Amino acid sequence: MPDKIKFTVDGKECQAEAGMTIYEAAKANGIYIPVLCHFEGLKPVGSCRICSVRVNGRWMAACTQPVTPGMVIENASPEVEEYRKAIIEMLFVEGNHFCPACEKSGNCELQALAYRYQILVPQFPYLFPKKDIEAFPKFLLEHNRCVQCQRCIRAIQTPDGKKVFAMKNRSGRVRINVDRKLAARLSDEEAQKAMDICPVGAILRKEVGFRIPIGRRKYDRRPIGSDIEEKK
Amino acid sequence: MSKPVIATASLAGCFGCHMSFLDIDERILDLIELVEFDKSPIDDIKKFSRPVDIGLIEGGCCNAENVEVLRYFRKNCKILVSVGECAVMGGLPAMRNTIPLKECLEEAYLNSPTVAPEDRLIPADEDIPVLLDRVYPCHEIVKIDYFLPGCPPSADLIWEALTALVQGRPLRLEYELVKYD
Repeated sequence: MPDKIKFTVDGKECQAEAGMTIYEAAKANGIYIPVLCHFEGLKPVGSCRICSVRVNGRWMAACTQPVTPGMVIENASPEVEEYRKAIIEMLFVEGNHFCPACEKSGNCELQALAYRYQILVPQFPYLFPKKDIEAFPKFLLEHNRCVQCQRCIRAIQTPDGKKVFAMKNRSGRVRINVDRKLAARLSDEEAQKAMDICPVGAILRKEVGFRIPIGRRKYDRRPIGSDIEEKK
Repeated sequence: MSKPVIATASLAGCFGCHMSFLDIDERILDLIELVEFDKSPIDDIKKFSRPVDIGLIEGGCCNAENVEVLRYFRKNCKILVSVGECAVMGGLPAMRNTIPLKECLEEAYLNSPTVAPEDRLIPADEDIPVLLDRVYPCHEIVKIDYFLPGCPPSADLIWEALTALVQGRPLRLEYELVKYD
């Protein structure tokens, strides 16, 4: 058995196995580092930066950076938390997130992060960008809510390995693009997987909305990350 | 010492936040002990009769009248609170913000299948408040001191915020109080 790596998170002594990312290593020690673009089982891309931590004074993405011996990780300091909060607020103002009208509300990870940080109003002005909605046989693609986390790109493939989702354009005009022919071949289960993997309400299966009543949705009563923190 | 005075208004909202406010149930008896109401749809007082301590604003600004009422409130209230998603971010009315106003009006009054051919007319009477180019969150029009999100904010959140303000204590925000739907 390989030696365990020793490191600290906010002064707490932690141990983890070599090869783990900072996010995984913290999780193994009952410490939650918030993530949005990262999804367990998918290759991390570090695109949203909500998992940013400070390691020996430098900013790093906890979902992509491997943990190394002696790391001094700053996770819950006011400065790190303010930085994350600002990213969440930017994601809210950059899209059109009308939570009351969204069927993902209550199960949305972006919203859950905002709840966790108790954001009452974003510090940035709302942009109200013009975005559209695309319809496919099994699902809807709501560009107003997409945060370009790339989870769908990484997770949804045909049996012969072709990607159904891809990125289009660059920078501020970047958006998710769908291969219509491949999308038409998706089964109900694969469409459900695409919806479940989407952290926000951008990919929605048709005809099954608002199934879970308010009060019983994923983040109605317990903050995101509390399952990790309770394992301490 | 006289009781703090509160006032409320519904701008481009649905009155849901006012309904949620009334949803404080029996605490409404405590409320009467705690504060006095001035201008508000709840008591139907139309004009401010004295300086107000706390103004609660429901709804964003979608027309010139909303802006006028909001400025009137800012002038007469020491503390102004945005109550609900519409006041905080424009809410559902702001879904028109990505569509040019002309297109919205044409869709509603000219092209809609439910408009009879003889009724095709975009209202432009001088007595009707002029629509704004888009729906504005209240804090983009005047300074807002506090924000209570939710559609509507729960009665518990409104009660907690109001009592905290009146008693001059920090807000106790439990997890379940902050919701956007």
